[in-house]
Amino acid sequence: MGICQVKEIMSLHMDAGRDKLIPILQEVQKAEGFLSRESVELIGNHLKLPVSKIFGVATFYNQFRFEPVGRFHIQICRGTACHVKGSAPILESLVKELDVQPGRTTKDGLFSLEVVACIGACGLAPVIAVNGEFHARVESAQIPEIIDLYRKKAV
Amino acid sequence: MNVTINNRTLEASPGETILEVAARAAISIPTLCHMEGLPPTGACRMCVVEDMETGNLIPSCSQPAFDGMRINTHSPKALTARRTIVELLLANHPDDCLYCIRNGCCTLQGYSEELGVRQRRYNGERSTSDLDVSSPSIVRDPDKCILCGKCVRVCEEIQGVSAIDFQGRGSDTRIGCAFKEGLNVSSCINCGQCIMVCPTGALAEKDDTARVIAALRNPDITVVVQHAPAISVTIAEDFGMKPGTDIVDRMNGALRRMGFDYIFPTSFGADLTAIEEANELVERITSGGPLPLFTSCSPGWIKFMEEFYPDLVDNVSSCKSPQQMLGAVIKRVWTKEKNIDPRKVFHVSIMPCTAKKFECDRTGMRKGSVRDVDAVLTTREFIRMIKMFGIDLKLVTGEPADNPYGERSSAGKIFGVSGGVMEAAIRTAFHMLTGEDLPALEVKELRGFDGIKEVAVYIGDLELKAAVVSGLGNARKLLDRILSGEKTYHFVEIMTCPGGCIAGGGQPFTSDPQVIRSRMTALYSIDSAAPARTAHSNVSLKKLYNDHLEKPGSHAAHEMLHTVYARREVLK
Repeated sequence: MGICQVKEIMSLHMDAGRDKLIPILQEVQKAEGFLSRESVELIGNHLKLPVSKIFGVATFYNQFRFEPVGRFHIQICRGTACHVKGSAPILESLVKELDVQPGRTTKDGLFSLEVVACIGACGLAPVIAVNGEFHARVESAQIPEIIDLYRKKAV
Repeated sequence: MNVTINNRTLEASPGETILEVAARAAISIPTLCHMEGLPPTGACRMCVVEDMETGNLIPSCSQPAFDGMRINTHSPKALTARRTIVELLLANHPDDCLYCIRNGCCTLQGYSEELGVRQRRYNGERSTSDLDVSSPSIVRDPDKCILCGKCVRVCEEIQGVSAIDFQGRGSDTRIGCAFKEGLNVSSCINCGQCIMVCPTGALAEKDDTARVIAALRNPDITVVVQHAPAISVTIAEDFGMKPGTDIVDRMNGALRRMGFDYIFPTSFGADLTAIEEANELVERITSGGPLPLFTSCSPGWIKFMEEFYPDLVDNVSSCKSPQQMLGAVIKRVWTKEKNIDPRKVFHVSIMPCTAKKFECDRTGMRKGSVRDVDAVLTTREFIRMIKMFGIDLKLVTGEPADNPYGERSSAGKIFGVSGGVMEAAIRTAFHMLTGEDLPALEVKELRGFDGIKEVAVYIGDLELKAAVVSGLGNARKLLDRILSGEKTYHFVEIMTCPGGCIAGGGQPFTSDPQVIRSRMTALYSIDSAAPARTAHSNVSLKKLYNDHLEKPGSHAAHEMLHTVYARREVLK
């Protein structure tokens, strides 16, 4: 893990042009868990792209993050079924309860929040997943309870 | 081929856009994202016109004219569309025009007024982004941004810097630096060209007028001002006079009325720079390098070099810029001669440049705790101050600058245009090497608005190869040719802003290239009419060398007038 691994990824894309930016970002994120400044600068050097441009491209997509994920990574589904079943207030409660914006990680490093388009569990809508553990038919009033569960696990 | 625009038949050449054809026929179509000389993006849709064949609205900036086309640029449909665009742009705009730095000179405000927007029909959620005040030169207020993208384009396509870009998506789209950092840690070179193209108050110079006014009001402080060569041929246009009118004497009169105690033209400092730089050039040519020698007057270029071409640090002239040379002379020599405590002198410099605000903060631009330049005002801030102080620039009596640095040669005056620094330095280098004056004293090949200009000047047996570049995108092209060995030169002048300081990032807003051209014409006519056209003929400057600096390139001169550069780590 770390910059060596990122360099290794670059070496697999020796003559890559700017069209390879997104695949490289994906590989780096897979290896690092997020896109660190160092790796974005390395990618920029490699592809001769300014970091402002890479950051612009990466922030266009929901899939890229710039902080390591938390110990508990929360994915909230905002797909059509979940939306119809009321996922918007759930996201709101999560943001409020964790005091963190989507794509970010809490200051204590415990939770990270990710909005996903469809998690593929429409039958359970609205749904959130914490480290892959699904919580079905969630109501926004339950959010503090669910978060508490994981807070207790952390101690 | 012929197109019909507003019932008038107009001739169009292939590839010409409707916007361009209309402009030639004195029909002005509003646009928020169009940039002269760059390919259209069609982002803002303000320039839509009605195709009378189909009734469709088409963006005139990106639609090439074709034979038989019938267009109405100001049909009811087109006007309604434009008005709606403005209303939608205003939906989340902060309603603070009265407090905005662009009040009265804002393109968005102008269009809102022209199109008769009189009420807020759409009420959107206001954005609440943080003001970026991290830069010493530029303030960024993303709340006022309408995402036209011109700043991003000028930074990337003209300057080759790319400090800012679009980020996010949809209604969350913002313009900013990588990792949402401040401009101060980005690769921003402070040139201010983004401010020049911004149609709103989203980008502005850092305002230093309050500090200057406070100094003027403090009876214990002596306020000394210098004004850059480009200022006197620029400000007239903002006071209803013909663009390109030189009003240096009236400007001095205005400065005295405002309470500035001593006035010196930066051109004196420029004469000094021409001599030191010519000396450096001659030394490097005779002692074998390193060549080419790059000029160092333009602080945007210096920061650019430190970030992107740090291997060239030894090639760049160690000369400080004219602003900093004159600042050092005022604070370190003049105060001594005048017997004034330098800590009680506040030195203001009026510049066509936002990067000068950064430059005066650089290390080495002070002696002990005494800064050589205390505050830099851009031309725009200076104009605001003249108006604030209620001075009628048309009527104010002309006055000369002060002695001993009021004398300047016209070599120091042409520093304001791309090619001027080199022409001034060549005049003096020619004299240093041959003991004679350069024939006709002019190097015409170095003049004009071309991005890259080249010349070979014969000085005795030496064929001096020189190049002049303006706009850092052009600099990148030339530097890469030099580094690859494709081109070799002795001397290269690089100016950050296209055309030089006359088109600097601190200048009044104008979209008319003729206005900028008139500033250039003015500087060259001052030069051709001047009695003293070489820096080395400046008598007060000779005295400065005799009394304090010994000779060009001496130890004392190095101490006061030269500086060092270093690799700079930024987000790039």
